[in-house]
Amino acid sequence: MDKLNSIIEKVKENQRIDVNEGLALFRQADFLTLARLANHKRFYYHPDKIVTYVVDRNINYTNICASGCRFCAFFEPPNQDHDRAKGYIISKQDLFDKIQETVGLGGTQILLQGGMHPDLKIEYYIDLLTYIKENFDIHIHGFSPPEIDFITKKSSLSISETISILKKAGLASIPGGGAEILCDDIRQKVSPNKCSSSEWLEVMRQAHLQGMRSSATMMFGHLEKDFHIFEHMDKIRTLQDETRGFTAFIPWTFQPDNTKIAVKKKTSVEYLRVLAMSRLFLDNIDNIQASWVTQGDKIAQTALFFGANDMGSTMIEENVVASAGVDFMLSKEELTRLITRAGFEPRQRDCYYHLL
Amino acid sequence: MKLPPVSDMSVSMFIDKRLERIYSKVLKGSRLSKEDGICIYETHDLIGLGQIANHVRRSLHGNKAFYIYNQHLNYTNICKNRCRFCAYARDRKEKGAYAWSIEEIEKRLLERIDEPVNELHIVGGLNEDLNFEYFIDLLKTVKRIRPGATIKAFTSVEIDYLSNLAGVSLEETIQSLKNAGLEMMPGGGAEVLNSRIHEELFPRKINHERWLEIVRAVHKAGIKTNATLLYGHIETIEERVDHLITLRELQDETDGFSAFIPLAFHSGNTKLSHIPPTTAMDDLKNVAAARLMLDNFDHIKAYWVMIGEKLAQVALSFGADDLDGTIIEEKITHMAGATSAKGLTKDQMEDMITKAGFEPVERDSFYHPMN
Repeated sequence: MDKLNSIIEKVKENQRIDVNEGLALFRQADFLTLARLANHKRFYYHPDKIVTYVVDRNINYTNICASGCRFCAFFEPPNQDHDRAKGYIISKQDLFDKIQETVGLGGTQILLQGGMHPDLKIEYYIDLLTYIKENFDIHIHGFSPPEIDFITKKSSLSISETISILKKAGLASIPGGGAEILCDDIRQKVSPNKCSSSEWLEVMRQAHLQGMRSSATMMFGHLEKDFHIFEHMDKIRTLQDETRGFTAFIPWTFQPDNTKIAVKKKTSVEYLRVLAMSRLFLDNIDNIQASWVTQGDKIAQTALFFGANDMGSTMIEENVVASAGVDFMLSKEELTRLITRAGFEPRQRDCYYHLL
Repeated sequence: MKLPPVSDMSVSMFIDKRLERIYSKVLKGSRLSKEDGICIYETHDLIGLGQIANHVRRSLHGNKAFYIYNQHLNYTNICKNRCRFCAYARDRKEKGAYAWSIEEIEKRLLERIDEPVNELHIVGGLNEDLNFEYFIDLLKTVKRIRPGATIKAFTSVEIDYLSNLAGVSLEETIQSLKNAGLEMMPGGGAEVLNSRIHEELFPRKINHERWLEIVRAVHKAGIKTNATLLYGHIETIEERVDHLITLRELQDETDGFSAFIPLAFHSGNTKLSHIPPTTAMDDLKNVAAARLMLDNFDHIKAYWVMIGEKLAQVALSFGADDLDGTIIEEKITHMAGATSAKGLTKDQMEDMITKAGFEPVERDSFYHPMN
């Protein structure tokens, strides 16, 4: 108990806690104690009672993916008869229409992500980005590290070259997806064909070094143990000390339906405990995002008192989590109502968390 | 058992300093005032409020969180009251209208006879086709088929109606029902104990004076009841607090209330469908307000059907000590668009409780643990 109190004291004095201290706090502290500490820290970083959100759309340029992650309900394997199977690569017309609609709805960015399609090389991505930039003045937040790593290997480039090429073609920032849990023993089990944790981190390091910002995510509630969660956050925190390139951290829970991993879904209390710990542990990341897509509107609103200061995206379109049987939808009006009812001022932001 | 105050009474315990006064009252065991109640509903310091409510909840029940294995029987949806907030009721000739015969009731009980059901929750509409004998028959049938389970049936609204139907006094009506097997009453039909809201939303239903009169008589007959508050429609904060204080006063007098259940209004398919759903902030505050204002109630329920399973789990740390039942076939709230499950298994219930950091206790209707 004395040990726990000394960790709590450290947190309150805004001192950094290490992995073991984080783990002890996570395991032993009462639910509302974690909430209070995280809430305190949230107001320390963001004294104004503002909660931000972004208006954007997820565009999945392809669902064909060679990775075959066991937790994924979205992908279609390559080399199927695509008339029969549901594999696609987005057409220019569809892409245009989706972005046009996003702009019409006040959207400021698109989140462009897709599968690791074995037939697509760097030229495809350059063309995709160029096409968008020629037609729209919109922020492109795109290609998570596993995609960049895949393109790099496919096109025999270095990570740094790939990023530089994509940046020149119009890529503005990188989403923190595909991190799952940044521990290779777990990655071997859940996503053996995806980039390793050091490769994931290297993509982010190179992007940050070239002046690009990115977010970071963590998907938990599959095969990891508690300490993996803290190892993951420790790796993110260490890289952030070096680059200061991460804008936000977004923890979310694995959704087991329609996947190959048979585990019980994490409960809301477990989610909120991890969320609060991410606010307390990641002392060098400004923004912590609530995940209404996996948690629903009520827990997302509750999350605003457990360390989160951002509601993420209104997400005009979301396909990946929806494939795993979770189908929460929130309009901009509903999202801002939730924020207001919780006693905060809702403010639309851009990708860099600047208020619009 | 009184727990010591939350050890760390540092400044950061409350963001809203008004909560310090409420906390110190709670620690001294003083009753909260109407102004305190309003402050509880107005504060945006959800975690500060949660800590006070959790303190009271833990003083009363420690680490225990209760649930019951129950079955709902909604014997008819035909109702002459047609309250504006209700999506369940039908007129006699309307599509989807139904009334179960005694044989149908029997069939539904037998369908689940292998399950360890400990309580039958029986409520329905005011259906003019059913006579008083039907209700006596209903209770006797349930008792015959499920002798080990407790019958928790009929809101005050139904009791008033049955008394008219039987043409005898309220006391005699209650006695007849009790003799036929009625052991407990749920808390519905109170909505908000307020004339303005009564006029606007449920003018044909009994008013709040009558509701209180009936509950008083039921308690006097030795039957425990629950109490509820339907929130999230047109009621004001002050009206909510007045409602809680009215219940608290009656409880001082009768000691007949068992649990209080805040009911989140669902507007789907009702005449108030323009009203948006309650948010987590409303739901958690109502749980906490109930725990703090109703200092003479033993139990506060987080009714997962109405606030969702996920938030009900969180509510266990905001003053609730009971998740209600497994249910299986909830109808009334789902007709109004509830997106929660229609039932939870015992395993799901226990898993939710354990993962919230509490010890699950399966109970009977009177909060005795089942073994």
